Amino acid sequence: MTGRIRWFTFSAPPRFYALTGALLPWLWSIAAALALAALYIGFFVAPTDAQQGESYRIIFIHVPAAWMSMVIYLAMAFWAAVGWAANIRVASMLARALAPTGALFTFIALWTGSFWGKPAWGTWWVWDARLTSELILLFLYLGYIALVEAIDDVRRADKAGALVAIVGAVNVPIIYFSVRWWNTLHQGATISMTAAPKMATTMLWAMLLMTFAFWAYAFAVVFMRARAIVLEREADAAWVHDLAAGSMEQQR
Amino acid sequence: MNWGSSAEFFRMGGYGLYVWGAYAVTALLMAAEPWLVARRRRRAFEQAREMAQPEAPR
Repeated sequence: MTGRIRWFTFSAPPRFYALTGALLPWLWSIAAALALAALYIGFFVAPTDAQQGESYRIIFIHVPAAWMSMVIYLAMAFWAAVGWAANIRVASMLARALAPTGALFTFIALWTGSFWGKPAWGTWWVWDARLTSELILLFLYLGYIALVEAIDDVRRADKAGALVAIVGAVNVPIIYFSVRWWNTLHQGATISMTAAPKMATTMLWAMLLMTFAFWAYAFAVVFMRARAIVLEREADAAWVHDLAAGSMEQQR
Repeated sequence: MNWGSSAEFFRMGGYGLYVWGAYAVTALLMAAEPWLVARRRRRAFEQAREMAQPEAPR
């Protein structure tokens, strides 16, 4: 452990635990404030859509959730790969902590999409490329979780999980470009980096604020889960004993 | 302001079932997840505390 570069500092479990503990109240506050602002704009400022009526308000949670489902998968694959290649335990723990939240956002994207699709398309579900690849994403998350939980040797489980996570990452660009590659019932990209937005500004704001709220939520809940995993794995380490014995007064 | 009354707000122009069905499940899940995770961390902490205590005579 000698001669390590400074930025590896936070890869040490005690440092990671302390830093994330300090960040949590801020992340929760930011998530709550942004979500309230997004809901206010989404329901009280953004006008009724000319074509879809009020049902379009579902996209204020649907699109951010769908984005999160993909971003979190890539983050999970990245940290799993780092944990495997560089043998950094905290990176592997982070990968595991990301999986349930990614699965949750994938489920929310599918669920809200279904509730939007029923009035808009007249069906809860179709087997089109976008919907099917998003469903496969949910199964990838669940498969990853099942695999790492099934192997008793944690480091071996981390490595097996990393392999699945990396291979499964191919699915993310498939989801993203599915609406262009195939003739899907699902509409094209809501926001493009190169073209002017096609939605009213207030609608766009509701969606973007909700996206940032979901980001803050994801950071908060993933850090919380990672801290639980750190405690579980390091239960016999001296620093955890010091922490547990020393902080009868407060449970950080 | 889009709504004349709270009844109108909940009706969502006839799409109440879909809009609230989507939002309610999202809210429920995003409340349940932190709660479960907080419980998991608390249990891990309790376990660490038990392991940290020196062997007490029973």
